Formats: sequence, structure tokens, C-alpha cells
Amino acid sequence: MTAPTTNQAAIALPVTDFAVPGMRCAGCIAKLESGLALQSGIANARVNFTAKRVAITHLPEMTLPQLVSAIANVGFEAVPLSESGDEEENRDAQRLLKAMAVAGFAMMNIMLLSVSVWSGATGVTRDLFHWLSAMIALPTVAYAGRVFFRSAWGALRKGRTNMDVPISIGVTLTTALSLYETFTHGPHAYFDGVVMLLFFLLTGRWLDAVMRDRARDGVSALLKQRASGAMVLHAEGQSSWVDARSLQPGMVMLVAAGERLAADGVVTEGCSSFDLSLLTGETAPQSVVTGSVVHAGTLNLDAPVYIQITATGADTAIADIARLMEQATQSKSHYVRIADRAARYYAPAVHSLAAVSFLGWMAAGAGWHESLLICVAVLIITCPCALGLAVPAAQIVVAGSLMRAGILVKDGSALERLAEVDLAMFDKTGTLTLGRPMPDNLDKATDAQKAILLSLTRASRHPLSEGIRRALESRGVKAASATQIQEVAGTGIFATVNGQAVSLGRPDGEVTHDGLAAVLQVDACDAFVVHLSDQLRPEAAATLRELNRLGIPSSILSGDRAESVAPIARALAMTAQTSMQPQDKLDAIARQTTAGHKVLMVGDGLNDGPALAAGHASIAPASASDAGQNAADVVFMGDALSPVATAIRAARKTQQIVRQNFILAIGYNMLAVPLAIAGTVTPLIAAAAMSGSSLVVVANALRLKNAASAR
Amino acid sequence: MTGLAFLIPVALGLGLLGLTGFFWSIKNGQFDDADGAAMRILIEDEDNV
Repeated sequence: MTAPTTNQAAIALPVTDFAVPGMRCAGCIAKLESGLALQSGIANARVNFTAKRVAITHLPEMTLPQLVSAIANVGFEAVPLSESGDEEENRDAQRLLKAMAVAGFAMMNIMLLSVSVWSGATGVTRDLFHWLSAMIALPTVAYAGRVFFRSAWGALRKGRTNMDVPISIGVTLTTALSLYETFTHGPHAYFDGVVMLLFFLLTGRWLDAVMRDRARDGVSALLKQRASGAMVLHAEGQSSWVDARSLQPGMVMLVAAGERLAADGVVTEGCSSFDLSLLTGETAPQSVVTGSVVHAGTLNLDAPVYIQITATGADTAIADIARLMEQATQSKSHYVRIADRAARYYAPAVHSLAAVSFLGWMAAGAGWHESLLICVAVLIITCPCALGLAVPAAQIVVAGSLMRAGILVKDGSALERLAEVDLAMFDKTGTLTLGRPMPDNLDKATDAQKAILLSLTRASRHPLSEGIRRALESRGVKAASATQIQEVAGTGIFATVNGQAVSLGRPDGEVTHDGLAAVLQVDACDAFVVHLSDQLRPEAAATLRELNRLGIPSSILSGDRAESVAPIARALAMTAQTSMQPQDKLDAIARQTTAGHKVLMVGDGLNDGPALAAGHASIAPASASDAGQNAADVVFMGDALSPVATAIRAARKTQQIVRQNFILAIGYNMLAVPLAIAGTVTPLIAAAAMSGSSLVVVANALRLKNAASAR
Repeated sequence: MTGLAFLIPVALGLGLLGLTGFFWSIKNGQFDDADGAAMRILIEDEDNV
């Protein structure tokens, strides 16, 4: 209509997807689409606002960094998205939606015909309507029922049963008997019941799939770019950007200040300090000199260094953590979802009930035809249609509510597991704390000093500068006008303000402060030392109190040294274990698990990845490493820690509603089953019972709409 | 009965029409970006070429 739509390119140009989390309004769409299309090498750009993505059709010779900078030129930060697995999952939800649409269409039309049969059509008219119903129902059952048949077959082959087994048996048996009834001009055909059953069940499945998709889109939009390559020096003296996958041991990479390492290596030239917090959880930067061993994923803070690569890809320290994580994930996959647990008892009960009523009527001398009809009525009535809706309806409503509160839930089983936790373990750096240095003593600075600080820090991308700048900007400080700004890597920033030489740099060593510091020097006399430290997340203490109230005691598992953990542990009155390697965290969780606890792991770093995967449930902040976000069940946005408590509260409320739903659904069955066994259930009663119980269950689930906000 | 012979195919045909329409719109990506569609109507069309 208004915005340019996809051009039909004659030749197939490559299309690359980017996540652009920064788009907020219609203006952003227009800016991205028209702005990108004007740049050279780009044929077309198409924004998907819902998923916060843009798909760029470009010439084959455009590289990823070029495309990212093209998006940066329009004013947005972008992250390239990998396509792995995406398509498969999406097709799953779409297939369910199509099956649901077919079942819905068939249900309405058969109902149309059934109403006239119920209201008294007889003879030829009734037969005609039954035949028409059969013609609609048979292809529908074949098409829409595939999902259940396949899953039931899969379970049976392994000698197990799941919810889909009674569904498949019920559907097939009922269809076959209804067909027989139609052939023999019988009064009752259950085509409407079968199709309605499929429709309600597919609705449940589809809701489940939609929830997974939505959370996945949300998380992939959050994932930040890790070092996906490095500037490599070649023998001839030039340098070029090499993709992380093509890095080879022996290459020398130049890592600028503020860059993350793409591979493990040894420093060959230069000295700097490295932030290892992502890898070890330690906040204090570690200084490196020529000969130091450094790891992929760590951040170079001060000065450019040359690093000779010793290990890449699967050999790096990060990859070891990834392997640990994979092992930990396997233990979690043993979790059985509540619906399947219910089915484990429900399915045999339904089968034996149907069989017993069949045999009972046979014994009473009713004849096999009548007995079979009653058996089918029992199957239809007891088929877990409301049960199939009970869980996903509640979970999708609560996931929507949590998403509005900035909490992404990966899938339904995450909510179930979250509701069960009875012990919480927190990482320190980046989880209990913000994970970035913030100034402690800015209020002691004069206004003039603050103004100079702001103008200096704005010129630098050093993490300490960022922290000071953020704090100053949040206080509404106006920057002084500085000239001749110059950043000397490893030393500081120098500039001239009002004719005075000013500088902000590292202290000369005599500053004793257990944290980080920077010295502001104005005209060689007036020095001000800014102390920086990693600070607690807002509402951390309140959240932990809330968790205690919910019956979840918490403790700290940190990779940091005891001296740095102690103040935090004291401030929050928590017990702490320190200096832990990823394997130690894993063991700590395993110990609690064997002691019978269900552990909630809250963490962010790469070093927490295995622990996050091993915990009964896990939560990560959106500032977490990619590995952390991928391993966690729940990701929350913003600085405050309170979403942890909110998510648990909402999960528990969901479990409560799910349990109510089960009771409602089973209650309906208890009322209708005696009728079915007595042989008085007509297709009309079956249809009414089924839709009635489904509606009640969905309505009950809607009560969770504000679960994330209400206390 | 003649009424039925006429009306039932009509009812089924209309239903099928809706169903094919729905399938077409899924395949065509009409539901891929529901929020974006709501935004796009606000974009000023500046076709100055």
C-alpha cells in the first residue's frame, strides 16, 4: 500500500536477515526500508516489525560487516541472524494452523448438517446428511489427524503411551463406526464429535507452538554480536578482517581496545588489561603482557594488542564450556510435562473404561453393534479434549502477560518447572550486580568537574568511561565544551576545556581502593578520583526477600574471589560459594538435586552456561552472554532483579489454574461418563459436553491475563 | 429438497472459499508481520521519482 513492497527480482539475489531491536515506530520502518534501498549494493529491504527484523536483498559481493554498517548508516544497530533451525520450527506452527483451519471448516459445516439431524430429520434426508458429513469428515480426519496418529504411533513403537494414543484410537474407532452407521442407515453418526475433537485438540497444540515461536523470536532479537571475526595481520604487512570460522592457529590478530577475542591465543606484543567476567565471573580486570595466555570471549579493555592464535572454534575454552552445557542439558530432557504425566494415568483409565462398558453391555446381551456404539460414546466423552486445551491455554495467556512485563518464557515446560523450584542459586557478576562498573562517589565532584567528565567520557568507548557517562547523563549533567580531545590507549583521554588542559586516566598506583578508579586532572593541580565498582541490581534485596517469602532460600555461586563476593553477600544476607569453575557450579547444583531440591539457577555469564542448563529451571538477564540466554528457560529485560520473583509467582499461579482446569475437565467427564455407559449419550450431548468443557477451560485460563502484574 | 440441493453446495462452497482464502494468506505471508502492517499505514508515501 504505502511502503514499498518486495520487488520481484529477475535474478535470485542473496537475502540476509538481521535483528534490529531498536525499531519502535512507523518512522523506523520507513527509514530502514527507504534508507537501505538507496545504498549501493542493496536491492531491497523489508522490515518485519513483529519480529523486529529486516531482510536485506543485496548483491552477492556484499559482506556481513558491510551490511551491518549500511544499517548503522541509517541509524540502527543490527545483528546478523543465522537461519539454523528457524525454518523447521516455523513450519511446525504453520502446519498445525493449517490442520486447525481445515478441522474448523469441517466442524462448522458438519455441525450445520448435524443440527438438522438433531432437530428431527429422518429417512432419506438424514441419510443424505450423514453421507455429506462423512464426505467432509473423512478427508479432514486424514489431514488434520496426522499430527496425532504420527505421535501416537511413535510412542507405541517405543512401548509407551501418551495423550495421543487414546485420541488416535478414539478418532479412528469413532470414524469407522460412524461410517458403518451411515451405510446401514443408523440414527446416530459421530462425525461432528470427531471433527470437533480434532479442532479443539489442534487449537491446544497450535497455542503451544505459537508460544515457543514467539519467545524464540524475542530471544534471537536480543542476542548480541559476539566477536565473529578478527583483524588478522598477514606476512606482507597488510591486515584484513577474517571471519571467526576461517581463523587458523598461527595467525596473528590485532585486537583493539573494546573488542572481544574470537579465538584463544598468546599475546605477542603490547600490554593491556582484559575483562574475563564473561568467562570466569571475576570483575577485576586482569593485566596481560607479552606471553600471557588469553581466551576467546574475553574483552580487551585498555590498549591494542597482537595475539598469536593457539586454538580456534571447537578447541577454545568456550567450546569446553559448550560441551559441559550439552551434557547438562541432557539431564533436563528427562522432565515429563504435566499433560503427559496426566495422560499416563488417564489413557489406561479411558481405555479400560471403554473396554469394560463394551464387555459389560455384551454380557448383558446387548449385541456387538449396540455395545460398540456405547463404547464409542464413552471414548468420545472421555477424550481429553479439554485436557489438551487446559495446559497450553493457561500457559500462552501467562506467557503473553509476562512478555508485556519484559519476561520471555522459552516454552511451556519452563513454566511448569519454574513453579516447582524450592532453592535458588545466583551468580554474582552481572546477575546480582549490573555487571558493569558504575561510579560510587560522583556526588562529591563539583559541577564543573562533572561537566568536564561528561565531555571527556563521551569521547571514549572504554567500559569505565561508559559507566561514568551513563551515571552523569542520568543526573542531567550538561557537558562542557572540550576541544582537542585525544584518547591515548592504555593511558586516558586528554583535552582542552576553557584553555585548561584536562585529562581522565588511570591512577598512578598509590590509590588504594578495592575496585576500579579513574583520575580527573584539571590543569595539573585539581585532581578528583572517581571510584567505580560493580553495583547491585535495583530491587535485588527486595527480590530475595520475596523469594524467601515464597519459600525459596537463595545462595550465591560465584566464580569471583571471596574478597569481592563478601560485600555483596553481606549486603544481601546470603551464603556464598566463591572461586568456582563452571564444573564446580555444575557439581553444586547436582549435589542439591540429589538432596531432593529443585534448583533455580539465575546467571548470565558463559561460565554459568552449564549451570543454567543443569538447573531444574533457569533465568538469565537480557544482558547475559549468548550462551547464557540460550541455556536459560526465561530471559528478563531491564536492570531490576524483580522479574525473577514475578516469573516464579506467575508460574505458580499458572500451575494453580492448570490444576483447576484439570479438575474442571475431569469433572465434566465424571458427569457425562455415567450417561455414556448407560447408553443414553447422543451425538448432541457429546458435542455439547465437549464444547462446553473446552469453553470453560479457556475462560478459566483467561483469568491469568494479569498474572505478571498482580501481586 | 430442491432447495437443499441448491443451498448445501452453496454453503459448502462458501466455506471452502474461506478456507482456500486462509491457506492462500498463510502461504503469502499475510500473517507474518501483524504489528508492522498496523504501522505501515502511517508511513507517508514519498514517491517523488
